[in-house]
Amino acid sequence: MLSVANVLYDEQIVEHSKKPRNHRRMESSNRIAEGHNPLCGDHQIVYLLIENDVIQDISFLCIGADADAAKNCAISTASASMMTKALKGKTVAEADTLFNEFHGMLTGSLDEESTPNGLGHLKVFSGVREFPVRVKCATLPWHTLRAAINNRDRISTE
Amino acid sequence: MEQSALKTEWNVERIRADFPVLHQTVNGKPLVYLDNGASSQVPQIVIDRGSTYLEQEHSNIHRGVHYLSQKATTAYEGAREKVKRFLNARDAKECIFVRGATEGINLVMHGYGRKFIGAGDEIIISAMEHHANIVPWQMLCEEKGAHLRVIPMNDAGELQLDAYEALLNERTRFVAVTHVSNALGTINPVHEIIDRAHKYGVPVLLDGAQSAPHMPIDVQALDCDFFAFSGHKIYAPTGSGVVYGKAELLEVMNPFQGGGDMIKTVTFEKTTYAELPNKMEAGTPAIASQIGLGAALDYLNTIDREAAAAHEAELLRYATEKLSAIEGVRIIGTAREKASVLSFIIDDIHPHDIGTILDLEGIAIRAGHHCAQPVMQRFSLSATARASFAFYNTKDDVDALVNGIHKVIEVLG
Repeated sequence: MLSVANVLYDEQIVEHSKKPRNHRRMESSNRIAEGHNPLCGDHQIVYLLIENDVIQDISFLCIGADADAAKNCAISTASASMMTKALKGKTVAEADTLFNEFHGMLTGSLDEESTPNGLGHLKVFSGVREFPVRVKCATLPWHTLRAAINNRDRISTE
Repeated sequence: MEQSALKTEWNVERIRADFPVLHQTVNGKPLVYLDNGASSQVPQIVIDRGSTYLEQEHSNIHRGVHYLSQKATTAYEGAREKVKRFLNARDAKECIFVRGATEGINLVMHGYGRKFIGAGDEIIISAMEHHANIVPWQMLCEEKGAHLRVIPMNDAGELQLDAYEALLNERTRFVAVTHVSNALGTINPVHEIIDRAHKYGVPVLLDGAQSAPHMPIDVQALDCDFFAFSGHKIYAPTGSGVVYGKAELLEVMNPFQGGGDMIKTVTFEKTTYAELPNKMEAGTPAIASQIGLGAALDYLNTIDREAAAAHEAELLRYATEKLSAIEGVRIIGTAREKASVLSFIIDDIHPHDIGTILDLEGIAIRAGHHCAQPVMQRFSLSATARASFAFYNTKDDVDALVNGIHKVIEVLG
């Protein structure tokens, strides 16, 4: 039987946290924002290359106290990784819709099972809803994304 | 004293019976409370004292001529006498009630620092301070053009006294250090720190938030000039706490806040201030909480504190041994002299993920920077997990922690 811990830390979440996709600096980006969760020290940079309103490329980088410790928590790392996968090639408007759906799922205003949505694999984060202090971990990359789209430099989820 | 002569085994089950909060399940598991460094739990006798006040004595202090106000005043000032005995202060008026160590340090910064520290002066703190003993001094430095100097520590988390000696000079105006590190557990050699500062005529504040719950405090023997501690870390409610100051210093300091209760006379032209301790206690204080603190100190007098300390030391030894044996676990803070605080990290697993999975097992620890970001930076970390033990914890609690860590590694390792 799966324990609650296994439900929260779904296989995909664990896998993405260990091998994050698109975890790299992007020299060619034209939008950047930095996100910070002062509660736990999670600190990420989201890079975007937007052309003709389409996200041509997206990447992120976890910032730690030093190179060895350049690691954020599993939830925020996996969330950033899966976000980059979900958004590559999407329009800015589609990204905005997905932001709202993801945010809605985690704050309880969207029932991802009964309401049609484009969340797909991102539904694995629905378990985070039960852990109010961890919701900010999952939403940090998304808030940072939104700041990057709007070209705001820094975002804090405090 | 008779009790310690008849020193018996520490009866932890009997002690646990005094703390109602410990007897519950969390996420379907028996609660294992290992976050005492953040807040310790409150014994029934302290809860009852607070209830008695609210049910039978609640009213404002120091002003009413009526029965309830006199009862409240007597209880509140009685709590101050208990604090005086607990700290071995010369006089109860040296014990100022504040809402915690943070407010106590801020009181000293405002009352002493803003009056006696100026441009070019130097304030010495240490590399292992809690933000509460960094930020107020930084604010003062910014306001006055003074400079903050920091005693470094070694890789074990011990302060380097040679470096401290080198920092002291004729421009040093104040030394503020923690007695016990909240993030590392290190017990600092405060006697030496105080002696050396006094050679320069410099007053010393000790942040006692983490020491007062674990060891006897004698401010006269320490000869510290100020000592701050929080009630909620020493088995009392939040909102209670004390800053002790030597009377001759408190007398010449500015009041902390202005308002009722801290005045002798008020006209629009001039206000004269009340005598100590009232001068430092403007407004209606947290009466119920401070009476609770008095009851908590009474409670400590009923137990064998030496045996309690020995029990905590044994828990620390046992936990250190057990956690060190787990592959991938590293203990942060390995000073020779430690209180029962155990900070650790697990390879490639963020402390918040550790904290969440342990919580699902009913185990409460602290995960994060412990309000000591410079300590984290010193060890090139962004956070640690921290188990902190009180005398009501058991070896079973440690075993549960060890099993929980295995679970963490199973899920995320």
